[in-house]
Parts: sequence; structure tokens; C-alpha cells
Amino acid sequence: MAEPLLNGMVQTPCDREEPVLRPGNTNCGGCGMSIGLNFLSRAIAQRPVQMVIPACCGIVTAGMYPYSNYGAPVIASTFASSAAVATGLAAVAQINGDETRVICWAGDGGTYDIGMATLSAAAERNEDILYVCYDNEIYGNTGGQRSSATPEGAYTSTTPGGKEDRKKDIIGIMAAHRVPYVATVSLAHPEDCLRKMRFALDQRGFRFLHILSPCPTGWKSEPAEGIELIRLAIQSGLYAVYEIFDGERFQINVESERSFQALERYFALQGRFRKSQVDLNSIQAGVEQTWKLLQLRAGMESIHE
Amino acid sequence: MSAQSHGNGAYHMPIELISANHAAAKAATLAGRANRNARGFGGGVYPITPQTECIELLCRQEFDKGKIVRVESEHSAMAVCIGVSLSGARAFTASASNGLAYMAENVVAASYYRLPILMMAVNRTLGPPWNIWVDHGDTLMLRDTGWMQIYCENNQEVLDSVLLGYRLAEDPRVLLPVMICQDAFVLSHTMMLTDIPEQEQVDAFLPELDLPHRVAHQAVTLGGLDFPHETEVHRIQHHKATKNVPEVYRECQDAFEKAFGRRPPDRVVPYRMDDAEVVLVSMGTTTSTARKVVDAAREKGLAVGSLGVRMLRPFPEDLLRTWLQGKEKIGVLDRDLSPGVGGILWSELRGVVGGDRTVQNYVLGMGGGDVLPEHLQKVLDDLLARNCAGEPELMEVA
Repeated sequence: MAEPLLNGMVQTPCDREEPVLRPGNTNCGGCGMSIGLNFLSRAIAQRPVQMVIPACCGIVTAGMYPYSNYGAPVIASTFASSAAVATGLAAVAQINGDETRVICWAGDGGTYDIGMATLSAAAERNEDILYVCYDNEIYGNTGGQRSSATPEGAYTSTTPGGKEDRKKDIIGIMAAHRVPYVATVSLAHPEDCLRKMRFALDQRGFRFLHILSPCPTGWKSEPAEGIELIRLAIQSGLYAVYEIFDGERFQINVESERSFQALERYFALQGRFRKSQVDLNSIQAGVEQTWKLLQLRAGMESIHE
Repeated sequence: MSAQSHGNGAYHMPIELISANHAAAKAATLAGRANRNARGFGGGVYPITPQTECIELLCRQEFDKGKIVRVESEHSAMAVCIGVSLSGARAFTASASNGLAYMAENVVAASYYRLPILMMAVNRTLGPPWNIWVDHGDTLMLRDTGWMQIYCENNQEVLDSVLLGYRLAEDPRVLLPVMICQDAFVLSHTMMLTDIPEQEQVDAFLPELDLPHRVAHQAVTLGGLDFPHETEVHRIQHHKATKNVPEVYRECQDAFEKAFGRRPPDRVVPYRMDDAEVVLVSMGTTTSTARKVVDAAREKGLAVGSLGVRMLRPFPEDLLRTWLQGKEKIGVLDRDLSPGVGGILWSELRGVVGGDRTVQNYVLGMGGGDVLPEHLQKVLDDLLARNCAGEPELMEVA
């Protein structure tokens, strides 16, 4: 069979006949999660999958019973339970020799907060699950409250003066479990996104993908500017795009110039930072520190775009 | 594969001296292996006193097609069971007390997904303050979650109820999860001679699970979003399924008797009821003690009988109405308390009996207080002396 055209970015006969995210869903315009689902669809191609989606925008995406906006089997789990329900599915798939890939598709609330214990335990047991966290840095489904993934300075309905605490380092936490594969994914780099999704789908054991997912509704940003925001997050160094194998081998996938101009623009384009008292110089200092550590871990080896 | 080849070389004795925890684990193992030619067996397990021995024994078993996951919480234990069951395999877990409280969200989910999961629940006092002894308040807290609940009197009943429970839960007319409840320490850690069936017998009794809504490749969302009308329909379907339970339960009793040569008790267990004028109604091991007191009263020429409520959900209203017809004095023994109301069994039963009859509540044995015949004798004396019911009697027996 021919290779997918343009590195998989164009629909070809190799791709999934039915998209994972069906047309006609009611997701907000510019929703990063929707873009992520479309990439996931291409990445899955002909692989049999079962998805577990906890409470989050991703399950509202499914629409009203008995219809489903998903072109794949989906179980809507309780908020904290996606990794545990997926464990049960993966266990039965294993004892029956099914080829099914079990995928958790969860937001930051269900990953960083309420689902953390479940996620950590499933990672520790190295369950055969691909866990994807689409991180819009907010409880979007409930109207925009702070989560531990919300960045410092961001206004939410429960942090009216801007969040004072720093965003939790979920990648560090997952890497500390020494699972086979952990990666951050850039929606602004389709080839990066598809490669990682395909690689993760074909691995065994626990795989964790993190997608920074623009949320125009929560970020108070222009729907059309979501991908630009991801580019700025990467250029400013705020979002590092890298992967970790077995919790040991770090690889930076997209080099960042850590541009202050990009940082300023990233904050300026989002209404959630408008009232922010946060000092961009101190943010940049934190970014530099994070990158220094990351480069040390990566052995200064980085692959340029 | 036969049961004999699984152990540590010893041959399988038909009758063993085991605790109720081990009885449940052995029954779950037999039921799990009976599904080996279908989708297999699995579950998530997490320790909590006084249930831990059950999952410890389960974790020592080998399965041709099964996987027990040692999870980090009861909440996840039930979540794993949900995944296992949705995938078409037979699912089992065990818990107690605060574990059940922590698990509650997924207990509800298991039921609303209509999954025939079986959970062995050891009835233990909810804390704080912490108390590991028997109290029915924990499983009664989950009374309205849409699960079936069966309360056992002895270890044989625990073993038999697990086997019967799977057949009942998995019947396409039912498809509801079931809780097999037993009293902490009075049963959980007490050894009794227990008849353990052979694998071949269990294979013959338990059909392979064929879950109609098993998740495979079909593009549907299970447990997604409902509008009010869809929820109304789902709840009504759920309710109707519970109405099938009495008939299916009877069929399960017949099939069980045919397969194993003994008949599991009815949903309500009558004792010397035919000519009884005064009745003691109870659940769990209190019922065994009540029978002793009934016997003593009968020797004195008093027309006393006992009813054991074995199945609390669905509520056996039909049998209770039949057995309590014309009975003037009814004493309801609760090992639980809804503060400000009284016993939960009593408050349920009042709705069934009605009228001017004396339905008096006695709450005793909370927090593991040892309910002895002398306590129930006091209850009976009080009941006999009454002309009408009063406030629930909250007794201290410990």
C-alpha cells in the first residue's frame, strides 16, 4: 500500500474510512481538541481501537444518546476513572488476544486533577493503554474554572485575579513512572503530531501523549488563531515539544529560540491574561530554567525541525 | 481444565473448613473459570478489612483466561470491573465499609451501564470513628443504586449466592449488578464446613456470559449524554428489569438445586410462620439468632415466627406481603440506623404492612455489638407487651 501523501496530512486510501470525529459535532470553532481528534483519526488508520473518555468536552462531543459523533467505540467513564476502565478493557483484550488499541482521551481536569491517582496507578502497572491528555488549561466543560494545568497569570472564573500558582509539570510526573513512552505533541507541527501518535499506537505498555489544546472560549482568543498560539507557545519556550523513552532518554523535537517577543505576543493575543499582573520577565526566567534542565536531560542533543 | 489441576497439587476436597471470605473467593474463581471458553474473567481488587482475605485468595488463583488487577483504590477497583464487564468478561470485586463509600460513584455507574458485575461486600461499620465490626449501614447506603442486594446467613450461603448471583445477574431479562453481603467477622473470618462444588458442576450451572451491549468495534458511545426523556426511558427499563428478578431468581434456585443438590433460600426466608401471630423480621446473621428465640418462645406455647430478608433489592414486597398477612405484631430488627428516622429495614417495611398493626423497630448490634439470644428475648418480651408501635428502640447490646 502506498505511503500516506504529504507525510500523512492528506486523506488517502490508507486512512480510516470513517473519521474518529464525525462531521456535525457541536464543538466550538477553533477547538484544539477537535484538531487533535482529526490527527488521531489519521494516525489510527486501520487499527482497531476502543476509546475511553471521562467527563470533559471530549464526551460532550459525542452528542446526545442514541447518536454518537465518534466513528469509533467510546465508553463515557466517570471523571476520575478513564485509566481504570481502560485497564479493564485492555486486560480482557489481552487475555483474548484481541489486537484492539485502548485509548484514553481526557482533558486536563481528568488528568492533572481528579484522575491523577488512577492515571499514576495505571502507569505504574504499565497497562497497555495509550493515554492522550488534551490540555486546554481549564475546566472548559463546566464553563472555565482553574485546574492545576492552568498557567500562572491566567484569569478563570475561579481565579478572578489571575492564577497565582504555576502549572503542574505533568510530563515530569509521567516520566517519573518510567513508562515506555511520554511525549508532548504540537498541533502546529502535523508531522510531529502524526509521527508520535502512530508511534504511540504501535507501542505496548503505557504511553502518554500531551497535547496543548487551544480553547478560544476559555482562552478568550480568536478561533482562527489557535495554531498561531501554539507556534508562539513553542517559540517562546512555554511549550516544549519533546519525547521521553522509558523515563530515561529525552529527545527534544522542536527547537525553541525562547523569543521574548513571542512570549509577549502569546500573552497579548489571549483575553485570559488581560488582567494578569504576571511579570513576563519572571515567566521567561522560569522558561529558561526549564529549558536548561530539559537540554541537560536531552544530553544537549536536539533534532531541529 | 479441571479444578484439581489448579491448586498446589492437593486434590480438591468437596467439603472444606473455610471462612466466608474464602468461600466467596473460591466461588468467584469457579465462576471465573466457567467463562474460560467465552471472554474470560477479571476484576480490580483493593484491600480493606474485613474483606482482604477474599482478594488475597483470589490473587493466588490461576486462570486460563483471566486477569486480576491490583489497583490503587476501590473507586478504580469498580472502574476496572466496568471495563472488564463492558468487554464481555465476567467481573468480580470485593469491598466493605468506607471502601464502598469511596467506590460509590462507580457502583452507580456499573448499574446504569447495566453490567452483571458481582461484588462481595462485607458489612462493616462506616467511620469515623473507625470500627471494623459488623453494621449494615455501608451496603444500605448503596440501596438505591440499582444493584441487587443479597444478605447471607452463613458461609455456604455466601458461596452459593456468588454462583447463583452470576446466573441471576447475567440473565438477559435482568442484566443488573449484584452485591453479595455478609456480616463482618461473624461470617467473614469465621470458619465453617463448606461444600465446594467441582468445576464441572459450575460449568454446567453457569452459562457463558454473552453481554448484549458488549463493546467491540461498533461505533457507539456507551454512557454518553441523555435528554430528560431518554433518562426516563432508561430508568423505566431498569425498573422493569428488577421486576423480572423474582421469576428469574426462582429459575436460578431450580437450576442450582439440579446442579448442586441443594436449594438456595428464597428471597425471604420464613421460619415457623404458618400459625405465627408475632413475627421478628431481620437480615444477615441476626436471623439465625432470631430462630433460636422463636424456638424458645414456641416451647412456651407462644405463636412466634421469623422472617429473614435475604434479598433487600429488589425489595421482596410480594413475599413480605404474603408472609405478613394477618400478623398483628411485627418486630423489625435493624443493624443500621438512619439518624433521625430509625432502622432502614423498618422504614421500608412500614410501607408494605400499613394499617393499624404494630410494626415496632429495634435497632441493635450497630458497630458490631454482639446480638445474643437474650437481647432478642428482650425484644420479644417488649413486642408481646405492646398494643401499638412507638418510637424505634435504639438498644445498646455491646
